Amino acid sequence: MTHASSGTMTAAAGTAARDMVRTLTTHGDPLFAHGVGWFVWVVVLVKVLVAFGVLLVAVMLMIWFERKLISDMQSRIGPNRAGPWGLLQTLADGTKLFFKEDLLPAQADRFVFRLAPYLSLVPALLIFTVVPVGGTVDLGGHRFELQVADPTIGILVVLVMSSIAVYGVMLAGWSSGSKYPLLGSVRASAQMISYEAALGITTVTVVLVTGSLSTRAIVQSQASAFWDWNVLRLGIVPFVLFLTAITAELTRPPFDLTEAEQELVGGFHTEYSSIRFALFFLAEFMNVITMSGVVVTLFFGGPDGPVPHLPSFDIWFPTLWFLAKVFVFLFLYVWLRAALPRLRYDQLMNLGWKYLIPLSLGWLLAVAGFLVDGWWGAGIIVGALVVTGLLVRAFSVGRLRTERQPLLEPVGARADRRALTVVSAAGPGADLATGLPEGPGSGEAGG
Amino acid sequence: MTPLVAATIPDVVTFALCAAVVLSGGVGVVTSRNAVHAALSLVATLFGIAVLFIEQHAYFLAAVQVVVYAGAIVVLFLFVIMFLGVDRREDVEREPLKGQRPLALVFVAVSLGGVLALAAASNWVTGARKVAGSRTAGGHTDTYLLGKSIFTTYLWAFEITAALLVIAVVGAVVLARRPPSVHDAGEDPGTQGERR
Repeated sequence: MTHASSGTMTAAAGTAARDMVRTLTTHGDPLFAHGVGWFVWVVVLVKVLVAFGVLLVAVMLMIWFERKLISDMQSRIGPNRAGPWGLLQTLADGTKLFFKEDLLPAQADRFVFRLAPYLSLVPALLIFTVVPVGGTVDLGGHRFELQVADPTIGILVVLVMSSIAVYGVMLAGWSSGSKYPLLGSVRASAQMISYEAALGITTVTVVLVTGSLSTRAIVQSQASAFWDWNVLRLGIVPFVLFLTAITAELTRPPFDLTEAEQELVGGFHTEYSSIRFALFFLAEFMNVITMSGVVVTLFFGGPDGPVPHLPSFDIWFPTLWFLAKVFVFLFLYVWLRAALPRLRYDQLMNLGWKYLIPLSLGWLLAVAGFLVDGWWGAGIIVGALVVTGLLVRAFSVGRLRTERQPLLEPVGARADRRALTVVSAAGPGADLATGLPEGPGSGEAGG
Repeated sequence: MTPLVAATIPDVVTFALCAAVVLSGGVGVVTSRNAVHAALSLVATLFGIAVLFIEQHAYFLAAVQVVVYAGAIVVLFLFVIMFLGVDRREDVEREPLKGQRPLALVFVAVSLGGVLALAAASNWVTGARKVAGSRTAGGHTDTYLLGKSIFTTYLWAFEITAALLVIAVVGAVVLARRPPSVHDAGEDPGTQGERR
């Protein structure tokens, strides 16, 4: 265990950063490099408790922030009664929800109905554990990182947890034993599975240039300067794809078909009340915060940024950078919700399968090619353009055919069309009603 | 880093807990009357196995186990169960195939015996009687080693599996598309020939 001392705190360019990446890749969290003593236990415990507390408070503030900001964008005042500027509104709402009656629908599957909120909440909490919120700290002969855990599979934990989070939504809808929640959860699960693919592929693009799965290594490899941030280093496209996919994965507007109020009452959580309902909301907003943290980690260098050369600034100043970057994305999510209308379901699926997945796959191949050498990269780009041309042609052919004979027609459309055919064949004056429901052969017979 | 044969107390405790989760999940899959509960028991089993992978320092396999099996495959199971409404109780008294129960018992006995025999003389597959020590001790992560062996030694098997999956997907799409009914074809002769 000849760990560390290779990387510097703010990681200057070049080999130091690469050494750090290698060390992290093979050894994992430096905290456990010298075995597990009481000091390590204390550090881990403090990290977990602080992360938990900060997340809960952050969710409270985030809900307030969203309501207030949306109110501003819609020329309203928003919550302004509880506490200064309505800051304590969420606390008041939470207390109210806590004391409300906890209803259990008669048709519900009791065990699964109770389990589902926790399946949403626990992944949301666990994703935050791998997000690096600051630099590294040396204390009492130990070096530890300002993040709850730094497993060697790092970023995969995010994918694992987001794939578990599907269950919360899905089972909540199913176990309610009611129609609207079921429809909402079927939509949600289809949507989440579809966008997980694009999410995974863009993540792989980042992993490819880093050479490691560890989130700390991903952050360290972007640390030298801002043009080394993955958002610029990979071209802007993977970042845009990732942001789109993650917004859909979170079922945030404009991808919030799972709780389209006009169609589904409230979506998967229609039958929930009291504290379980609050847990779903907690999970949703916590996901917004943690996923903003993940975006910052993957594409914006995490806690990286210029640090003033003053004593002890290098310990806490990177955390400020991290918080500032996360805040930008929190604002962006609220902004999106205020500005964009909800997509239609087929638009959602088209975007996911026909645009995001091919584009992310092509970009991944191009990045891989350029990592080998320039000619490979150029060749792959040419190949990708040819394939794109073929795909566009295939789509247009498919669309023409679908327009001629839609696979999915609105209810009643076919009957109407047949009636029209009959009417036009029989000439003016024929009764519409006689041609309608007679069965397949009658149309031609009548004509 | 630590040799796998020297199990510490945490190792043993983890193994015992995971084994309990895996086994109870497996029993749940078979005994649940509700299809959704059976699927959930399957998730518990897969999760327990993932933790066992972590116990063996196979972190990447653990992540893939959860992402692929629990996150995609069982979700699709559930999706089908919920979407098609097959979560009704079925008549388990009648046997679709005559004599399938005694035959099932025989097959279980044969396969269990086979597994136990293989475990007793485990040099049949790997050529090694036991696997001691971690492959990851040489300074490479398990992800690196796995990727290297898949894309060099076992590339052919890997590509063939991928082709097989694509064939299965295309087959499923072909089967799922309904053939055009008579009056549809009669209505619009233009699409009649192209559809097949």
